[in-house]
Amino acid sequence: MHPLLLAMDWALLIEKAVLILIIITISLVIAMYETYAERKVAAFMQDRRGPNRAGPGGILQPLADGLKLFMKEEIIPNSSNRFLFILGPGLAMLTAMMTSAVVPWSSHFHLFGRNISMQIADVNVGILYIFGVVSMGVYGVMIGGWASNNKFSLLAAIRGASQIISYELAMGLAIIALLMITGSLSLGTIVKQQQVGHYYFLLQPLGFLIFLVCAFAECNRTPFDLSEADSELNMGFHQEYSSMKLGFYLFAEYINVFISSAVMSTLYFGGYDIPFVNDGALAQHWGQNPVAILQALSLFVKIVAFIFFFMWVRWTLPRFRYDQLMNLGWKVLIPLSLINMLVTGFVVLLKLNHWHF
Amino acid sequence: MQPLTSRAKTVSRKPMTMWERMYLPAIAKGMSITFGHMFKKKPTVNYPEKTRPFSPVFRGLHVLNRDEQGRERCTACGLCAVACPAEAITMEGAERMPGEENLYREEKYAAKYEINMLRCIFCGLCEEACPKDAIYLSETFAPANYTRKGFIYGKEELLIPDPLTQPEEFAKARGTHGQNQ
Repeated sequence: MHPLLLAMDWALLIEKAVLILIIITISLVIAMYETYAERKVAAFMQDRRGPNRAGPGGILQPLADGLKLFMKEEIIPNSSNRFLFILGPGLAMLTAMMTSAVVPWSSHFHLFGRNISMQIADVNVGILYIFGVVSMGVYGVMIGGWASNNKFSLLAAIRGASQIISYELAMGLAIIALLMITGSLSLGTIVKQQQVGHYYFLLQPLGFLIFLVCAFAECNRTPFDLSEADSELNMGFHQEYSSMKLGFYLFAEYINVFISSAVMSTLYFGGYDIPFVNDGALAQHWGQNPVAILQALSLFVKIVAFIFFFMWVRWTLPRFRYDQLMNLGWKVLIPLSLINMLVTGFVVLLKLNHWHF
Repeated sequence: MQPLTSRAKTVSRKPMTMWERMYLPAIAKGMSITFGHMFKKKPTVNYPEKTRPFSPVFRGLHVLNRDEQGRERCTACGLCAVACPAEAITMEGAERMPGEENLYREEKYAAKYEINMLRCIFCGLCEEACPKDAIYLSETFAPANYTRKGFIYGKEELLIPDPLTQPEEFAKARGTHGQNQ
């Protein structure tokens, strides 16, 4: 064999490939069942029953929906830009999946004499990476709307893009306040800090609130679903899409919800840390592997809670008007996050100075 | 100004207070309402599995009745057709031949009996007009059909199953309506 091939750490490569496969599969399955959960939650909040025909309790509904989408005729409008039209949903899906790379899903497993980290890539600029990928998500919306060659789609795409860009600012400022406390951009380190100290939503309640609101805006969820706006723009930027290309857009939205729930749990709610339990002591007592499974479950429960929250808000609040949206973003959230940043910086410096002025 | 109705409500144009402009308390209130609805009893009836009981005066599809020995009661007198305000009923009478006593109760019977379900207004006047208790309105709906022709119901569709040879189907077709007849 070529010495270069031998020099590669094949075990690491396989380990990461398997991990990526597992996480992508899990994200897709969760996104599938999010569509089901969304319909059920909506139904229950409106005193209805929701889908209950396919399988017991309607549990096979997502499969039926997926099959329906695959069977639909694929229509590409004549006057559209064919390449961009196909690129749009692909890009939306790609950016939605890419964020999951830096989220630590559990501490680590000890298998085959190796410590297998449950984070695909512990990048030391993890949060920056997430921001970079999330801002790429605008392209999915923008390209889809532009390539459709439909004025409504374009209008919706522009609205969506300006919304996402404006709320990214407040989100970034909210994160800066958090970073002042953590002193690290790596998500793995942030979780480890929360394992020994407090969860960061206790130290950064305002920052968390701003981040939450901005996450709603980033995911294009109600009350900020201006780019879809069923009532005024038909279906918004994906009006011309059909079949699985439409499915990709819808799917990407749900994956975004899943990933942003994961990021919020990681940044503010201790990630995979099991609440009220000293994980390190438990690992010595029970061994590393069972605790790692419990930790993954703990993160999963937090994520599910956030996903439910996303849906709960969606079926409670009406959509913002465009000027209200911009007012909230620029005149309320950005000043608020700036104040939050200043106060946090002040307190952090005060603490460094041992609480002396 | 004098309000026009007792339900009129004056709109408050007061500027919102700081507390109201935060929106968060109002949002929390709204969310508690939607969350409360999750545990409310659902008014939905699981239709094909469960059906709501019909009202005792419900008038559904027509049934041509038989007597206890399974003989057709209709004598093709035509009173139902006369009573029908929508002129939905047509029939042709025929004389009973020797040897057909087990099929028809009286000497005359309806060889052809048709109700146009598109014309029928389900008023039940045919049921009231019938001197022989031969027709009554059951508890079923008129099902959908692809053609107009399909809505003209003949004797095959209308006649109740024979109580002697098909007792179960008879009971099902009879429902609770025919019980007192």
